[in-house]
Amino acid sequence: MSYFSDIYKGIKTLLTGMSVTGKYFLTSRKGAITQQYPDNRATLKMFDRFRGEVIMPHNENNEHRCTGCQKCEIICPNGTIEIIWDRGIDEETGKKKKKIDQFVYHLSMCTMCALCIDVCPTDAIIWGQNFENSVYDRTKLTRVLNEPESKLMPGVED
Amino acid sequence: MIETIHNWLYSTMPQGVASIVEMILIALAYLGFFAIAGLFLVLMERKVAAWFQLRIGPNRVGFYGSLQTMADALKLLSKELTGTAKADKFLYNLAPYFVIISALMGLAVFPFTKDIQAFDINIGIFFLIAISSIGVIGILLGGWASNNKFALIGAMRSGVQAISYELSIGLSLLTMILITGSLQLSEIVEVQKNGWLIIQGHIPAIIAFMIYMIAGTAETNRAPFDMVEAESELGAGFHTEYSGMKFAYFFLAEFINMFIIAAIATTVFFGAWLSPFGITESIPWLGVFWFLGKTLVLIFLMMWFRWTFPRLRIDQLLTLEWKYLLPINLVNIVIMALIVWLNLTIKF
Amino acid sequence: MALREKNNKPNSLKTNNLELGTQNMKPETINSNFKSEEYQINMGPQHPATHGVLNLLLTIDGETIKKVEPDLGYIHRSIEKMCERDSYQQIVHLTDRMDYLSSNINNEAVCLAVENALELEIPERVKVIRTIIGELTRISSHCLWWGVMGMDVGALSTFFYGFRDREMLNDIFEETCGARLTMNYNVPGGLMLDIHPNFVKRVKKFVTHFKTKIPEYDRLLTENVIFQKRTKGVGVLSKEDAISFGVSGPVARASGYSCDVRKYHPYSALDKVTFNESLKTEGDTFARYQVRIQELWESLSIVEQLIDNIPEGEYRVKTNAVIKLPKGEFFQKVETARGEFCVYIISTGTKSPYRLKFRSPGFSNLSVLNHIAVGGKIGDLVAILATLDLVIPDIDR
Ligand code: SF4
Ligand code: SF4
Repeated sequence: MSYFSDIYKGIKTLLTGMSVTGKYFLTSRKGAITQQYPDNRATLKMFDRFRGEVIMPHNENNEHRCTGCQKCEIICPNGTIEIIWDRGIDEETGKKKKKIDQFVYHLSMCTMCALCIDVCPTDAIIWGQNFENSVYDRTKLTRVLNEPESKLMPGVED
Repeated sequence: MIETIHNWLYSTMPQGVASIVEMILIALAYLGFFAIAGLFLVLMERKVAAWFQLRIGPNRVGFYGSLQTMADALKLLSKELTGTAKADKFLYNLAPYFVIISALMGLAVFPFTKDIQAFDINIGIFFLIAISSIGVIGILLGGWASNNKFALIGAMRSGVQAISYELSIGLSLLTMILITGSLQLSEIVEVQKNGWLIIQGHIPAIIAFMIYMIAGTAETNRAPFDMVEAESELGAGFHTEYSGMKFAYFFLAEFINMFIIAAIATTVFFGAWLSPFGITESIPWLGVFWFLGKTLVLIFLMMWFRWTFPRLRIDQLLTLEWKYLLPINLVNIVIMALIVWLNLTIKF
Repeated sequence: MALREKNNKPNSLKTNNLELGTQNMKPETINSNFKSEEYQINMGPQHPATHGVLNLLLTIDGETIKKVEPDLGYIHRSIEKMCERDSYQQIVHLTDRMDYLSSNINNEAVCLAVENALELEIPERVKVIRTIIGELTRISSHCLWWGVMGMDVGALSTFFYGFRDREMLNDIFEETCGARLTMNYNVPGGLMLDIHPNFVKRVKKFVTHFKTKIPEYDRLLTENVIFQKRTKGVGVLSKEDAISFGVSGPVARASGYSCDVRKYHPYSALDKVTFNESLKTEGDTFARYQVRIQELWESLSIVEQLIDNIPEGEYRVKTNAVIKLPKGEFFQKVETARGEFCVYIISTGTKSPYRLKFRSPGFSNLSVLNHIAVGGKIGDLVAILATLDLVIPDIDR
């Protein structure tokens, strides 16, 4: 007898399974989870904390907040950040002061661990939301984050 | 229209030439149908799969992706044909043709409407069963000749599967033939003017239909019986080493076989081109749409199976056949014989 | 085989066997005439069922598996050695890349070890958030596992249903910490950022959504007769074997070995919640499957208990910029989605550990594979692999 009850149960469970997929088939118009990615560029907005790439914001006077303290360079686990610095004369105090020449960021090595951004005392670097980082030439992945001729924002101390 | 072409051919040419030309024309028509049906079914499978899986499916090439499979076919055509170094070259190259030609031959006997049927041979059903089991030789050859262990396992599985499920297909169709008393497809349709066979034969016919669908799915090597490919176990199974157009042949043949299985079911169980309750009896050419419509519904059912069920294991596959389907089938035949004998069939 | 012997002694088969009958022949000779040959086949490193670069060298006889030899090391990155070079803040992000599906729980383990060593007082808020995110990580990992499990046994749609639910979780993680998979959200001393204002709302939405989906998982796959036939009685691991192989997590619990670290050594806020350890005694593939489905419910209930009362307070205590652990040995174990994950730090008082050992659950769970898969079919092996739920980088490290 269990032979027939097996068959009955088997068919029943198969039909239950089919009802689940069948329901999705009928509601497929609404329920599609596909992101039509290049098409939805206009509406696609990443979350504000999204870790796309490290960027260094500048204000309208071409000034950034990086004092060149190198904390980010030290904390970075894989040498993604290289800071080439120099000593310049501070205009106000006239003392010698460290200033960055080039803030080099190797995107190709970055693991997006956010330690550098976490450690930066002056919030000079933040996360950018750009995730379309693919390029044809890998040297393009090495970036200098500070704009040419940019200066330290006055009043930023570490 | 077919009548006019026929008459015109025979009036302009000597009889021998005319019949050859006619055959070639028919073959070309079927080839065209074959290509279109294959491409359409691939597209349908992809769309249906996508809808089952909360996706959108192909929607780039053509209107809502309608030309997607065309593009894929062109891509496959232009691809390099690779092969393994120690493959048995002759058999390796032969295998895809076996599969595709046997699939193509099966199409010839279907009564799309009263008039559109290339061959109305008196052993129609038998011919179909015989032809559909030739395809497996291609799979066996392909798996064996490509000198790949995964392919070989797949091919052997396919052999086992075909031998067992062939039986169920044959027996379940035999059950229905008890009602019709003829193997000829046109006559089977004729009998169904008094009601489709699935209604005429009621309970045993429904059981036979279920068995036929299960065995048919197994026969086409589709999930949940896709032991032959079983991509999570064997990579791509028997066609691991095939590329380009040869792969496309296997791929297309799978869909044509699916069409054939569904078309047999339509003919034998659901009255082929007959409309339900004879609503379009007066317009005979509408039969084509009924035939294709019913077939597509059955194909959809097979796709539904595929995108829902897990795959069986090879020994369970055999258990299912030999312990469940076959005994039930044999009992079913006896019941059907009794019903026919006692005149318990439902006729309108 | 038979052919070869025939060639060696051309007449033996014809005359001896037929005329002398079987009584003069040793049983071995009869068998050797019909002996099937074993052959070896490489499953992986690129194979759909191994979920990563794991190479399984199978010895099979037809379809029956005679031996499984896992060949590891394709994705070995010497993480333990890298840890000896890195500072303690940096070590955390390396653990993301071991069992990437429970990255947050791994991070937590390292942070807890460091915090214990420094004897830091961790705010309640941090503990609760860590537990919530940890359980969400477990759910997300099990969602993925469920989808892939279905796909391995051939039900292709489960993959998308599992990923649909996982996607909601990934969005939650992304909104709060910026990354979807390798989160690195924990730091020694607390959390890198406070939770996003939307966090609670989104988690609640997920919980209600997911409660309707688990029964659907059951109807689609668990109850399915084919699935049950494929998994019941396959790959049976006894409790004794589970213990002696050092198996942990759902795999061990399916064999009746109660070993949930969350119960026995509660960490973070796990001592404040009530939940049942999901246990089964059958030890087969289906039991392992059921344990994981049960864990989904349990994790949901833990999240529900905590989400409404996340205490106010600091999300981070200040640590020194350069963390130096005191001299000594420190140990912490946590329960990841795959089992017991342990961190063992030997410190000599410098800024990086002298030696750091990770005990990853995947490695021990893989070790039973040969034991339970032998005798099964290739299809069984795939089902077993799926329920062992291996993450290869976790095994290789
Ligand atoms: S995110 Fe991590 S890897 Fe990338 S630059 Fe910052 S510290 Fe280095
Ligand atoms: S980015 Fe921040 S941490 Fe790095 S050097 Fe500049 S100020 Fe220092």
